[in-house]
Amino acid sequence: MNQSNANTNVVEMIDVCKRYGTFEALKKVNLSVRKGERIIICGPSGSGKSTLIRCINRIEQHDAGSIVVEGQELTGAERDIAKVRREVGMVFQSFNLFPHLTILENCTLAPRRARGLSKAEAEDRAMHYLSKVRIPDQAKKYPGQLSGGQQQRVAIARALCMEPRVMLFDEPTSALDPEMVKEVLDTMIGLAEEGMTMLCVTHEMGFAKQVADRVVFMDGGQKIEEADPQTFFGAPENDRTRAFLQQVLH
Amino acid sequence: MFDVLFQRGFDGRLYLEWLLSGLGWTLALAFIGWWIAFAIGVLVGVGRTSKSRVIAALSRLYVEIFRNIPVLVQMFLWYFVLPELLPTGLGTWVKQLPPPWGAFFPALLCLGTYTAARVAEQVRAGIEALPQGQEEAAAALGLSQLDTRRFVVVPQALRLIIPSLTSEVMGIYKNTSVALTIGLLELTAQARQISENTFQTFGAFASATIIYLLLALVAYRLMLWIDAKYHIPGTSPSKPARKPLFGLFGKRGAA
Repeated sequence: MNQSNANTNVVEMIDVCKRYGTFEALKKVNLSVRKGERIIICGPSGSGKSTLIRCINRIEQHDAGSIVVEGQELTGAERDIAKVRREVGMVFQSFNLFPHLTILENCTLAPRRARGLSKAEAEDRAMHYLSKVRIPDQAKKYPGQLSGGQQQRVAIARALCMEPRVMLFDEPTSALDPEMVKEVLDTMIGLAEEGMTMLCVTHEMGFAKQVADRVVFMDGGQKIEEADPQTFFGAPENDRTRAFLQQVLH
Repeated sequence: MFDVLFQRGFDGRLYLEWLLSGLGWTLALAFIGWWIAFAIGVLVGVGRTSKSRVIAALSRLYVEIFRNIPVLVQMFLWYFVLPELLPTGLGTWVKQLPPPWGAFFPALLCLGTYTAARVAEQVRAGIEALPQGQEEAAAALGLSQLDTRRFVVVPQALRLIIPSLTSEVMGIYKNTSVALTIGLLELTAQARQISENTFQTFGAFASATIIYLLLALVAYRLMLWIDAKYHIPGTSPSKPARKPLFGLFGKRGAA
């Protein structure tokens, strides 16, 4: 149960249920993710796809079933959750950068406080990842001074600064102006090519075709279909998948 | 009208000096009291939003008690009642503190704790006004709840509430006059003394009034400056419209 190795799953979700009042957001969802896999999760709004990935770092708490991340089962224990969250990076639809901190401070806060890095180490690391997302020259600016695409790339760098084992993306391009979608997707493609384990909720089907090892389709809180991209886009089994694809592929 | 200020009182000092001495106590009370209020207010305000029910309930209790008892009554409680509740030795020591300390410390505690309750509510409102995503992002990065409060939530909430904290700064400064009821010779008390000694009521209180007003303007300016200093680059400013009246202290040619 402690250390994971290449054979075990990085994320293992078994019969995960989540309800908000009487609304069932997740109904017995199973999902396992191996190291280095890129999983795209899609589905209509309200299908539970965001809830699913938000359960993985316990931003949402599941009500039943089990979730094991890097060998650590997610229960109520505060310390275990903190441990898991350090290993799981997350990028949000609305960026959620800290507006009162500079780009550099956004990237160094968690490594210093949660990983115990010195200021110099954290800053070196931050500049490394900011270079990787191609905005090292903005380090001294504040989030409000950057474009949406730049902010989202900073958010990716901020998550990478914790050197996580898994990255979760919750509709990372949905809040962006169309001309900024590509720069963010390119950053994510770069990350995928380096072998980062990724779970990504997105409607960007071109991106899914390009990077996904598996595509998961969700509807009504259930996993409807799960397949490799060729099968998923070429010959989807389920009617609901076909209906969805007709709407998003244009 | 103000010539009374340049007459000498029974102690040989100018009445102007009496007023300035009173002003000194007023400022000491307001300044030190404010930092007490700010420190307790931030802690209690954060406590109000705590996930722990015990901490949230205790913080709420603090706010309800200190906000809902008239400040004059609280002044009397600190001055007359508290020494009786303390162990005898300590109570006697408190009662025998030499003036003006015997009145200053109760007044300081009274104004500090009372204003803290009001500050706490502002802080709570500021925290609740922040987008949920901020705490989520901090949690997702693995920051502890304490670090999330300390580095993410509170710094943003405080910036948000600077305009309403301005009212609290003005409030504690004006409420210092209540300390005259327990015998502290602050500005209002000195004005009253001058009036009683010279029967020049108008001159005495007009002088005090002008001093209060001028200092309120200074406090207001100071808060505007703090607001500008801590303004987050790239966000829209929270500037209140600058009224021509306050141009008195502002840059020339603004109008």
